[in-house]
Amino acid sequence: MLKQYETVFIATPVLSEEQMKEAVAKYTALIKDNGGEIVYEEDWGLRQLAYPIQYKTSGFYYLIQFQAEPSFIDVLETQYHRDERIIRFLTVALDKYAVEYAEKRRANRKAKSEAPAAEEVKSEVEPEAPEAEEIPEAPEAE
Amino acid sequence: MAQNNTDQNRQIRYLNPPTVEVRKKKYCRFKKAGIKYVDYKDPEFLKKFLNEQGKILPRRITGTSLKFQRKVSTAIKRARTLALLPYVTDLLK
Repeated sequence: MLKQYETVFIATPVLSEEQMKEAVAKYTALIKDNGGEIVYEEDWGLRQLAYPIQYKTSGFYYLIQFQAEPSFIDVLETQYHRDERIIRFLTVALDKYAVEYAEKRRANRKAKSEAPAAEEVKSEVEPEAPEAEEIPEAPEAE
Repeated sequence: MAQNNTDQNRQIRYLNPPTVEVRKKKYCRFKKAGIKYVDYKDPEFLKKFLNEQGKILPRRITGTSLKFQRKVSTAIKRARTLALLPYVTDLLK
């Protein structure tokens, strides 16, 4: 039975764009070759790390949501371990709520990318509104 | 002095004004908003459950229900592995 997973990996910032694409291609191919199915991919680009990893303070983040056999995860993670370009990774199994959330998030991001700077005023309001809906006033978090 | 006292005794006076605390009832924001899944990819949201050193705040302060406190804590720990949140820091906010 195929199960839903989500994996995020951080690649070294020394990679060029070409090399990064190559790394991504390697893992997407790996998933497909092992009978998996890619549901969604997301490139977060170069991000600052919250703390240094292997003396590096930034990295390329990449997210892949996929369906695969549970036994495939071991294969994927060994590949990650052996790959010197990857400095950190995390693979998470998704439950039904997580899948639901992922779909919502995808739709949200799609809507945002389709309605870019053209509606500047609206887009400024928009990210606030759903946020407020989901996250009510913090009850004195301190 | 004695006269003064009688004058003032018409009203009951306290040294410190009695504090009538009306505490806001805490609530679980996840239950209230109907959030079912706590996302580890959103560090800005998770920061609401951290103190300034990046430690996870207890339930008695945030009011989160036990079910979601567990989810929040796993989400924070996942975010820490991915360097989205720091393990230790000063002045997070």
